[in-house]
Amino acid sequence: MGRSIKKVVSVLVDNEPGVLARITSLFGRRGYNIESLTVSATNVKSVSRITIVIEGDEHMLNQMIGQTSKLHVVQDIFTLNYERSVVRELLLVKVAADESNRGALTEIANVYKAKIVDLSIGSMILELTGEQNKLDGFLSILSEYSIMEVCRTGITALSRGAINNEED
Amino acid sequence: MKLTGSEILAEVLIEQGVDTIFGYPGGAVLNIFDTLYKYQDKITHVLTAHEQGASHAADGYARATGKTGVVLATSGPGATNLVTGIATAYLDSIPMVAITGNVPNNLLGRDAFQEIYITGITMPITKHNYLVTKVEDLADTIREAFRIANTGRKGPVLIDIPKDVTAAKCEYEPVKPIRLIERYQKDLESLRRVANLINKAQKPLIYFGGGVGSSQAEEQLMKLVNKAGIPATYTMMAAGLLPDSNPLNLGMIGMHGNRTSNHAVSQCDALICIGARFSDRVALNPNKFAMKATIAQIDIDGSEMNKNVLIDYSLVGDIGQVLDDLIPLVEEKERPQWIGQIREWQENDYHPVDCETELKPHQVMRIISETCGEDTVYVTDVGQHQMWAAQFLNHAKPRSFISSGGLGTMGYGYGAAIGACCGVNGVDAGKKDNNKPVIHITGDGSFHMNLNEGCTAVSYDLPIITVIMNNQVLGMVRQWQTVFYEKRYSHTDPCRKTDFVKLAEAFGAKGFHASNPAEFQEALNEALKVKGPVWIECAIAKDEKVLPMIPAGGTVDDIIMS
Repeated sequence: MGRSIKKVVSVLVDNEPGVLARITSLFGRRGYNIESLTVSATNVKSVSRITIVIEGDEHMLNQMIGQTSKLHVVQDIFTLNYERSVVRELLLVKVAADESNRGALTEIANVYKAKIVDLSIGSMILELTGEQNKLDGFLSILSEYSIMEVCRTGITALSRGAINNEED
Repeated sequence: MKLTGSEILAEVLIEQGVDTIFGYPGGAVLNIFDTLYKYQDKITHVLTAHEQGASHAADGYARATGKTGVVLATSGPGATNLVTGIATAYLDSIPMVAITGNVPNNLLGRDAFQEIYITGITMPITKHNYLVTKVEDLADTIREAFRIANTGRKGPVLIDIPKDVTAAKCEYEPVKPIRLIERYQKDLESLRRVANLINKAQKPLIYFGGGVGSSQAEEQLMKLVNKAGIPATYTMMAAGLLPDSNPLNLGMIGMHGNRTSNHAVSQCDALICIGARFSDRVALNPNKFAMKATIAQIDIDGSEMNKNVLIDYSLVGDIGQVLDDLIPLVEEKERPQWIGQIREWQENDYHPVDCETELKPHQVMRIISETCGEDTVYVTDVGQHQMWAAQFLNHAKPRSFISSGGLGTMGYGYGAAIGACCGVNGVDAGKKDNNKPVIHITGDGSFHMNLNEGCTAVSYDLPIITVIMNNQVLGMVRQWQTVFYEKRYSHTDPCRKTDFVKLAEAFGAKGFHASNPAEFQEALNEALKVKGPVWIECAIAKDEKVLPMIPAGGTVDDIIMS
């Protein structure tokens, strides 16, 4: 087993029912563990983009790409170069908040450029978009407070520039 | 012209060159069967006893002919009964199109009578599958299914058709199928590297598998072996692709391969893997497999590279085309020293001893090969008899050894033999002379699973000779219990009292019994004169083992010879 690395894999697939099941069925069968997965529309109606974050050694990742590319519904699959890509994730976090700590929470939100999207009597919901480590940092600061619920979208990513900056 | 979905199905099957299909009727496919009634002069439907038998028949038909096998079943249990057959074809990369009926569109998803989500069930065991909800999509979907089944690494495709689609009408336009040619990009640099490896090697070895057969590249394989003077060993899936009589053919490798082949792999300095996949039955210990060798792999499926064993060079593409480009770069050579070493191993290899009073497995196989000749098609079930057949039959021709390798499906044999016989001799074989002999070799365990297909063989008068290696036990599992479980024979001795001769007669077939070589020879001679199906029960001792044997995860150093 080689060194474990994390990769963002972009999969362009036919936009039809059951496609996600085909991909996850393959991953389940071959034991590839998904860290995060998002499915989204693209500018082409017949194509969806599945963005997968996956961790494993080089050998496993190559196998994953090879096996996935054989699925008939997969039009293209490539790993994104982290340096040359825009990678984003959206986080919603609900924190217990009353008069005593609302101010402090608002200050933290301002530092991270998070939005307050709900303010209720006993709680507030903060929204933050960014790279994974920024969201992780934000959550770790908030862990000093009482976090009630967390929801993250998983990442979406595009390579920079006019062409796909696929990894060599 | 406007046609119903069922008629479109029949028309596209004809477009694709299909004249024989295997199946079983039911509610959801009533319209299709009604159409088959009208098309019976163009498409022959072979009715089996069970959908599983039909699926294995389509598979056996494909393996024996190189064409795509087609199986048809109804919804629900009809569809689920295909699952083992589809999985068998998937693991061995056999082109198959499975067609299932389903409940009408308006009942889909409502747990209707005989409704099952067969596209969900077969997702991991098909190359691709379809639920066709609109009759307008049907023709192109079927065409695409045949293309997928037959291109790249071949395999099964399933098409699920709701009943209303089989009745609905739409415009149909015939399309002439394009000849499928594998896209292949010649990679001269990699070709030169592999040729260089072969030319420089002192002790090269070819290890080839079923992929050579899928690509119909047996001639190129022979050219490469003979020109470069490279000894070759094969996986069970490749028996017959290079004749056993070729002096450079070392025979089968792996768990029950001969010691010479396994030695050769451990000692070679260059290993050329062609259309094989380093499975755990061959590369029993992937970390110690061909440790002294630089490994080159040729396969149509790029994801096979580095999957189980790390390789040094790869050539991805259709094997026939790759070998066509490789052979001119390879130097003509003889390798007396390396061959000499191999001949020495061969002399000291496992050689079973003949017996006159009892039936020894290797003698059964030898008598079959000597009596039936080189044009025989052998079909096996799974277990000890399968390994004896692989080891001791004379494999002379491609597509003549039909056996479930990857999935190891007990109960595969009889259905597959029916399909193979229909493929090579035609469904009307019983009415003709000069058929190719089709020998179905099975064990009492495997045969009990699906011997119901005896009625099919009788219905169609198919001249299939079934040789039942009856040792009264589930021999392969029992052998493992003998070797690894201190003879605790848990549930491998079922104490069955089946009289196979009487059972054959009950089905309307002919039955023989043999307990020594002379009796077997006589029974086989008689069987070859019979027009319809024959069963020959062979009494085999319980303790007969498949040897040699390398335990799972072991190497040639762990080989068991007695």
